[in-house]
Amino acid sequence: MNTLTVLTGPAFWLPVVFIGLMALAFFMYAILDGYDLGVGILLPYNTPNDNYEAQRDTMIASIGPFWDANETWLVLGVGILLIAFPAAHSFILMQLYLPVTLMLAGLILRGVAFDFRTKAAEDHKNLWDSVFKGGSLLATMAQGYMLGAFVMGFEQTLAAYIFAGISAICVTAGYSFIGATWLVMKTEGPLQMRAAKWARLSGWLTALGITAVSIINPLINPAIFAKWFGSSAVIVLLIIPVLCGGLFILVDRHLKQVPHTHDHNCWIPFATTVAIFMLCFMGLAYSFFPFIVPGQLTIWQAASAPESLLFIFYGVIVVLPTILIYTAFSYRVFWGKATLLKYY
Amino acid sequence: MVADTLLLSRLQFAANISFHILFPSITIALCWFLLFFKVQFNRTGNTVWMRIYRFWVKIFALTFALGVVSGITMSFQFGTNWPGYMRILGNIAGPLLGYEVLTAFFLEATFLGIMLFGMHRVSNRVHTLATLLVALGTSLSAFWIIALNSWMQTPAGFEMRNGVAFPVDWFAIIFNPSMPYRLAHMVTASGLTAGFLIAGLSAYRILQGDPKPAPRLALKVAVVACGLLIPLQIFLGDLHGLNTLKYQPAKIAAMEAVWHTEQGAPLVLFALPDAQTQTNKFAVSIPKLASLILHHDRQAEIKGLNEFPEAHPPVAPVFFAFRIMVAMGVLMLVVAWLANWQLWRHKTLSPLLLKVLVSMTFSGWLATLAGWYVTEIGRQPYLATGILKASDAVTTVAPAHVGWSLSLYLCLYAALLFAYVRTLFVMARRAVAVDAADEPTSPPQPLIPQGEVHS
Repeated sequence: MNTLTVLTGPAFWLPVVFIGLMALAFFMYAILDGYDLGVGILLPYNTPNDNYEAQRDTMIASIGPFWDANETWLVLGVGILLIAFPAAHSFILMQLYLPVTLMLAGLILRGVAFDFRTKAAEDHKNLWDSVFKGGSLLATMAQGYMLGAFVMGFEQTLAAYIFAGISAICVTAGYSFIGATWLVMKTEGPLQMRAAKWARLSGWLTALGITAVSIINPLINPAIFAKWFGSSAVIVLLIIPVLCGGLFILVDRHLKQVPHTHDHNCWIPFATTVAIFMLCFMGLAYSFFPFIVPGQLTIWQAASAPESLLFIFYGVIVVLPTILIYTAFSYRVFWGKATLLKYY
Repeated sequence: MVADTLLLSRLQFAANISFHILFPSITIALCWFLLFFKVQFNRTGNTVWMRIYRFWVKIFALTFALGVVSGITMSFQFGTNWPGYMRILGNIAGPLLGYEVLTAFFLEATFLGIMLFGMHRVSNRVHTLATLLVALGTSLSAFWIIALNSWMQTPAGFEMRNGVAFPVDWFAIIFNPSMPYRLAHMVTASGLTAGFLIAGLSAYRILQGDPKPAPRLALKVAVVACGLLIPLQIFLGDLHGLNTLKYQPAKIAAMEAVWHTEQGAPLVLFALPDAQTQTNKFAVSIPKLASLILHHDRQAEIKGLNEFPEAHPPVAPVFFAFRIMVAMGVLMLVVAWLANWQLWRHKTLSPLLLKVLVSMTFSGWLATLAGWYVTEIGRQPYLATGILKASDAVTTVAPAHVGWSLSLYLCLYAALLFAYVRTLFVMARRAVAVDAADEPTSPPQPLIPQGEVHS
């Protein structure tokens, strides 16, 4: 790659810094909006015998103070793609025109349903809950489809579409998984036990999906095969899937025993899920770096002018730590079980 | 086929941004109103202030949510429909949008959680601080996005290299010639939009028989605020117009429907501008007044559209949107001052005026949208004045796809707008039904209970 040798100074390191920031933003998004999308997907419908409105209220109360800020990480991630890699931003989003539109429709529906459900007329509350669930599912499926299409380098073949479809299901399972472990942490009693069941089921589905993607991806993409298995580094790299598998078994054993006599361990499944997400993320990042459009555009080819990146870089090093600090503050304020929110 | 994609993409962007601006135009100022209510409560201990806060913070939350989700679509539109925009202007637009996300979006979204749900989890002081930070966040957001929009209207502080804009002076880029005027005009517009919303819904509650003091006090605050803001807005609008005359004369020519450069131009009150014949039909005008207003000289020359061949905006939409905005401004002035006079003389408003205020609940939306249409359509055919035309920035996505997404957005927006307006009045009616004695008075209470019954 001769662009690597030609570029020196800011033109070289700024794109690297910004791809790191973008990865951070999308990782934060996958975790944070991941759990609140997951909670949305898991909202239980009423059955003829049971009314689950109280459970839905608690589930939504657990994400209430956070969802707005969680979604902002998506705006930041896409924002960095737009700011730092405008060529890639246009290319990727034009390829993904229809799934992006569906995702946005889903995000709009669930975002407003959250607020309408408590404020609209009483008899419309169930309707808005369905909108919340449907919107979450639509957004999640669209995101998974887009991830799959990205991994396949936006090929327009039947195989690529099937792969993207598998990815849609896998990401939906993953978000349900993290949503369920969030609920195990934030709720108690029957809802917590229910959440543990959801978590185990979606956990196994997620593991299955990750395994499928990890096998299919190198097989159909020689460049990625070479990166993973082409050198002696393979020994080190294998830590990722091994660790991932170990964590899945660990979290499943923990979930099996919910409710624990000492509930102060309730954060373990959520933390483990975050670790699994991180390992998957590292695997993906390793597979594609330094390409921002697989096989077509590197981060240096897609980057904007160094003077623009530098101007925003100064802001980032001041503002991003501040954002992390007050985000942490917000989570500390709402620490503990969601049911402890005292409603009058 | 490209022309179809261009037209559909423009319609889609117009639909998205028109829907989006409805909500920030309320929240930018509503949050400062909330801070005022909270500070008044802290200062006086009068629990009526807290009841007002509790009612309006819920409307703020709903409005804010609609603003957030409709805003997310915007950041995707640049890539999906206007790839040329970022290719040519990305070095300027990118950092401004980036600073908006970094300095404003996270601040408002994070502290919103504490503002809405954290009241009994943090001290009263921290809760007031959270309200202040959300207000600062919404205003900062307005600052950055107005900076970018103004730069597109009156670009400065950049140079073109190989057809791409590069930043030279960030201060000049942010504080470009039209930016201070547009920012002041928009923030004041938000004050009026929120003010008339508060006045309208409070008047509605009173007309529905609400005996409590909260809607009366809220109504008074809103009416006084509108009475002060509307003359300021007219003054700022005039300054903004003079600034436009200096930097974007083609827009002024379209606003005033001046087809040919003339001296001592009349002020056209009404007409049907005809682009075919380049004349105004059925014109009702006041001689020499346009020259007097714009140049403070009855004989001054006003440049006509003929000076900008192939590069001037369509006349009719700009001409009519401008008249709607001005008419709304005059109406607001009359109603707000009449209301203030009645309050001063009789301590209360007549049922007729209450009804007028209810009918003007969303008058701010109409004025704000009309104003934005003037300035945005008035910038055409350019995306960024003199640098990039909209037709050179549009996507290559198939028209069928754009048509499909546009239809989806339109259906969604129509449904949500209906639900929003309806819900606001449902909330007001529910607040009427609540007995004053039922209302919790101490501040350490959550503001948005799950499955709430009371309001």
